[in-house]
Parts: sequence; structure tokens; C-alpha cells
Amino acid sequence: MHSIIKTSFAAIVAAGITATAAHADAHALSGDLVIFSDMSNPAPRAVMESMVERFGAMHPDMNIELTVIDREAYKTQIRNFLTADAPDVANWYAANRMLPYVNAGLFEDVSDIWEGQLSDELASTKGALTIEGKQYGVPYTYYQWGVYYRKDLMEQYGLSEPTTWAEEKANCQTYLDNGIKCYTIGTKFLWTAGGWFDYLNMRTNGYDYHAALTGGTENWDSEATRATFANWRELIDMGAFIDNHQTYSWQEAMPFMVNGEAASYLMGNFSVASFREGGLDDSKLDFYQFPEITAGIAKGEDAPTDTFHIPSGATNKENARAFLKFVVSADNQTLINNGENLGQLPVNSLSSVDDDKFLNEGFAMLSNDAPGGVAQFFDRDAPAEMAAVAMEGFQEFMLFPDNLDDILARLDEAAVDIYAE
Amino acid sequence: MPASKYEQPKRSWYKRNEIAVTPILFLLPGVFFFAVYVIYPVFQSFNISLYKWDGLGEAEFIGLKNYQKLLEDRAFETSLWNNLKWLVLYLLAIPMGLFISLFLNQKVTGIRLYKSLFFFPFVISQIVVGLVFSWFYDPTFGIFTKMLGLIGLEIKGGVLGNPTAVTYGIIAAGLWPQTAYCMILYLTGLNSVDPEQVEAARLDGAKGWKMLWYVIIPQLKPATFIAFVVTIVGALRSFDLISIMTRGGPFGQSRVLSYYMFEKALSEYGFRMGYGAAIAVVLFMIMLVFIAYFLWSMYQEEKGAH
Repeated sequence: MHSIIKTSFAAIVAAGITATAAHADAHALSGDLVIFSDMSNPAPRAVMESMVERFGAMHPDMNIELTVIDREAYKTQIRNFLTADAPDVANWYAANRMLPYVNAGLFEDVSDIWEGQLSDELASTKGALTIEGKQYGVPYTYYQWGVYYRKDLMEQYGLSEPTTWAEEKANCQTYLDNGIKCYTIGTKFLWTAGGWFDYLNMRTNGYDYHAALTGGTENWDSEATRATFANWRELIDMGAFIDNHQTYSWQEAMPFMVNGEAASYLMGNFSVASFREGGLDDSKLDFYQFPEITAGIAKGEDAPTDTFHIPSGATNKENARAFLKFVVSADNQTLINNGENLGQLPVNSLSSVDDDKFLNEGFAMLSNDAPGGVAQFFDRDAPAEMAAVAMEGFQEFMLFPDNLDDILARLDEAAVDIYAE
Repeated sequence: MPASKYEQPKRSWYKRNEIAVTPILFLLPGVFFFAVYVIYPVFQSFNISLYKWDGLGEAEFIGLKNYQKLLEDRAFETSLWNNLKWLVLYLLAIPMGLFISLFLNQKVTGIRLYKSLFFFPFVISQIVVGLVFSWFYDPTFGIFTKMLGLIGLEIKGGVLGNPTAVTYGIIAAGLWPQTAYCMILYLTGLNSVDPEQVEAARLDGAKGWKMLWYVIIPQLKPATFIAFVVTIVGALRSFDLISIMTRGGPFGQSRVLSYYMFEKALSEYGFRMGYGAAIAVVLFMIMLVFIAYFLWSMYQEEKGAH
């Protein structure tokens, strides 16, 4: 699934977008710029294409070549094109996901872009893009995670948004008594269970412990981790999760909530679009932050960040740097993240958030209510191999909670090899 | 000027050795590509399996450590057992294909249509077969689940969500197209059954099972051999169905070696080329047993023919 859009000067003029060139950089660049992107879903794709168009209008002499690759296929193709036929700009993810490429010297150090003012504007994600004091890419969007729930069901049973673990469980019991499952989830692709673990662990033991665990400096078989699983087990034993979740993808688990068979869904904000398509408007759909478990622990949140990088093998690094600067500019971030485009959160602190209930709540939560820290997501914080083994263990635990000893021992064993590198 | 001696007409070296050289020339392109694309990668895999390598950075030589790890790896053990289940149960396609072909080997109106319908599952993509069976097995609305419910049975988590049932469920899905394949092999085989022998057997009073066992099946031996080969190969290559139906889950209980190798070396979370190569080598060794048997029996046949 490749498509190439060549944006040439003539095409821009024909499209009549020259007006936007008014606020172009002081000097227009020329030459080539090759971009490989994984933004293949309809909305992200349109965003990517419009960014190229607007950047092209600022630099009319530049010949920009955009290749959009299917998002899943991209994950394996990136290894080939980074070594063999590197583009000038490529999409990827922050944190541990980019570590192998940084270690192999395939991503360019772009600390110079981050120098000065930009570091302040992008402060919230700087850590996720920093490896050993240097930055290797720039963020273009991120989104919050949290509990999306059926507002009408909650009102029907006279409940309110829980803020503590006890309230969460009490709410859940009420739903169960009325024949409704508390949480829908589809663990066929495993990562959804990783989201549950992230939150339970960050609330039980705090962000720092969670970071140490995914970073390989804490053992899996420990009092602290067992406490996390014990909390998880309380929900499992109540029968809080939908049955047969191991056979569903995250999308296939949505109808349970849309049909009112389940009350809530721990998910990323990207699910809102599908919920709305399924017929849940803002009177039926709402959002709350995952409640406190251990009192007094600073709350940490998951907010996966998607990024742009310059491969070391790029030929037009000057142009690529200009494009990266353009991507992170406040205006561009405001535009591409609004409700009509990505519908996510801009990373630049000077940009404005679109007037959308969930974006506003998410923005407020990440800005004010995440004092513990912002994590990327389990499979981006932990090394890929560890994530694969661990998320499989989470799924097993959700089905057979009695296997916990065995699972933890297995994870520790795998960790020895994986973190030794 | 006397004619001193008879001069042989000048012939090129090629002309003189034509008979000996030509077969080699014809073989050369095939041998070349086989060597470059099959033999060389086999040894390359052996080599990579001795390294620790993430596919990007420096490869580190670690000797047989990857194989040592395989011995303790329970996911590998599960995959190996599942491969064995596939090998044994997939062979059911042969008798099933035989009986369907016997059933269809008659002359009634529209038999061509029936034959095509039975052959249909082999023509459609494995991906489609996988999807159809996933819906068939679906724990909430799948017709298989409903049918089991009618007789009071329930598989916890549905067929594909149950760690014990899942592999059998996928094998059953795989048997559907494989049976059709064996059927078509036997149908062509039945065309070449000698009617005089059948006639003679009938005069001697053979019928039913005896006729089948002593007269028909021996004549179908070539078809059986091919059916056996393609079924074994099919069982060892079982990848697409697993990938589309369960992705090896729940928690890795439906993996086979080929899928495990893919996961470790090439998938989204895989960065262990050496480990993946070690799994591939083990799979190759298993295949080698069958390949050796096939080659040996073909060799025997050739020898017998002369």
C-alpha cells in the first residue's frame, strides 16, 4: 500500500494555496525532501498530506516526495529502509521504541532543533525523546488514556465518577448486580492488557516504580508488583471484565459498551471517534481519570507520543530539519490536532486545544493532574521483547489468575536476558 | 601432390562433447538459482543462529547458546507440540479426501458442479478460510458455539479463546481446504484406475471394502504419495491460519514453530534474529526427515522402474 504524492511548484500554484506562503520562513529552501510516513488511516493521512502541501507552499522551489506506508507494515519496513534506502524524514514512536535505532546509529541527533525556546515549548515530551542527554526526534501529537464510560448508565444507577479504588469497586458491583459488565476489553492483540497494567501499577506503586520496572531495574516477582496484581485480581474475581475478551480486538470489544452490556473502557482518546460513530454522543459518553489506589501517590498517566525523525542516512538533512521545525511549530500543532483532523492533543505548549470535551479534559489532566509523570505506554516504555512476553503474561493472568507465580517467574527469567544487553 | 593423410573435418570442442555437456548446460540455471536462493540461505540461517543479533547493530558470536535457550523455552516447547499435533491430525485430510472423491466419482447429472463445490475451499484464500472459521467459532454468535449449546456443551472462552481447544480448532479449519486438495488428487487418480482389473476382481467376487482395499487403493498409490507430501508440507507451513485466527494466542498456546520464528525475528516486537534463526533450523531439521524420506522413496521408485 504505497502511494506517492509528488508536490511540485506547479501543483501548488494550481491548487491556489500560494496565499499561505505569506508567513513562510525568511529564506525559502530548495532541493529535495523525501518523507516516509506511517499515517495511513484516513484522517492522519489527510493531515500528513496537508502538512506537506503547506510546507511546500513555504518553500516553492523544494521538490517534496511523500510516501505513505500502511501503519502495521511500516513497523517492519522501517528496519529495511533505514539501513538501505533512507528517506530524509520518517515517522516513528518515542521512548524505548526508538532506542534500537538510536543505538544502531540510524537516527540523527537533532538536539540542535531542541535548543533554546523550543525545549520549553515541548517540555512535556522532551524526556521521551531524549537518550543519554541528546534528542533524536520531534513529537507531533499525543493523546491521553483514561476510563471512557457510559454517562447515561452511571446516572441511571445513581453513581458518580469514582476517585478512589473503593468507589471504583463499589460502582462496579452496582453494575454487576444489574447484569452489566464493568469493563469491556479485547486482549487478542495483547496491548490493551498492557494499558490496564500501566494504570494499576502506577496507581499502586507510583510512576517511579513503574518506570524502574519497565526499565529493568526492579524485579517482577516482588511485593510491590504482587500488590498490583492483587488489585487486578479483585476485579477479575468480581467478574468485572467481559467474557471471552481474549478473542476480541480492541474495536471488536467496543460494541459491548455501545450496546450497554458493559459500562466503561480503559482506552486511549483515539477511541472517541469510533464511540461517536457507534452512536454515543456527549450525553452518553464521558471520561474520568483512573482513580487513586494507594493514597498519597502522585498520579502518573499514559500519553503515547508519535514522532518524526531524521535518519542518519538522509541526503537532505537541511530540508529535513526545516520540516521538523515546521511540524512542531505552535500554529501547525494547533491545526493538525484539532477535532477535524487528528482530534488529539498538541505537544507544543503555545498551541491551543480544540474545543472538544475529551480533548479539554485530557489536556487539563495531563497538564495539572499528572504530577507523577507521563509514561508512553507499556509496549513503548519496556523494550519490545520484554513487552511481548509481559503482555502475553497479562493476558494469561486475566484468564487464569492462579498462574501468577509462574508468570512472574517467567518474566524475571526473560528480563535477565533482555536487559543484559 | 599426393594425399598424405585423411583430415578430420574441424569440429569445435562443444560439438565433440555435445552429448555430455548439454544436460549440464540445461541444469545450470536451475542449479544456480537453487544454490543462491535455497542452499545458501540454509547455511546462512545456520550461521546466524550462532549469533546474538538484533538485525541492525553488530552481531555477537555466542556459539550454541541460542539452542541452549530453546531447550528451556516453554513457548518453544508448546510450539513444538503443536507442530506435532498439526502433523498427525492434518493427515486426516488424506482418507477424508479419498472418501469424498469415491463418492463424487460417478456419472450423474451435474456432477461437475458438485465436484467444483467440494473443490471450492481450496481455491479461496487461506485468509478467507481463517476468517470464516473465526466467525463460525465466535463465542457469542458463532454457529458452532450455538450448535454445541444445543447439545449442552460449552467450551470456555470459545474454541479460539480456549488454550486447550485452540490448536484443534485451527487444524479443523485447515483440514477443510486440505481435504479438497486431496480429493482432487484422488479424483484424477481414479480416472487412471484400470477398468479391466476392476472387472476381473468383480468376477472373482470382490466388492465393497475388499474391492477398495485390495484393488483400488493399490492403484492409487502415486496419488496417495503426492497427497502425503503436500499434506506434510502443508502442516509444517501452517502459518497464515494461525496468524489470521489467533496470532498464536491465547497467550501463545496456538503457536507453531514457523509462527514463533516469525514472532521472534520479524514481527513488531521481534529483535532476535539469532534466536529466530535457531528456531528455523529446528524446523528445517524436522522437515529434513520428511524430505529425506520423500527423496529416498522417489529414488526407490526410479530404480524399480528400470
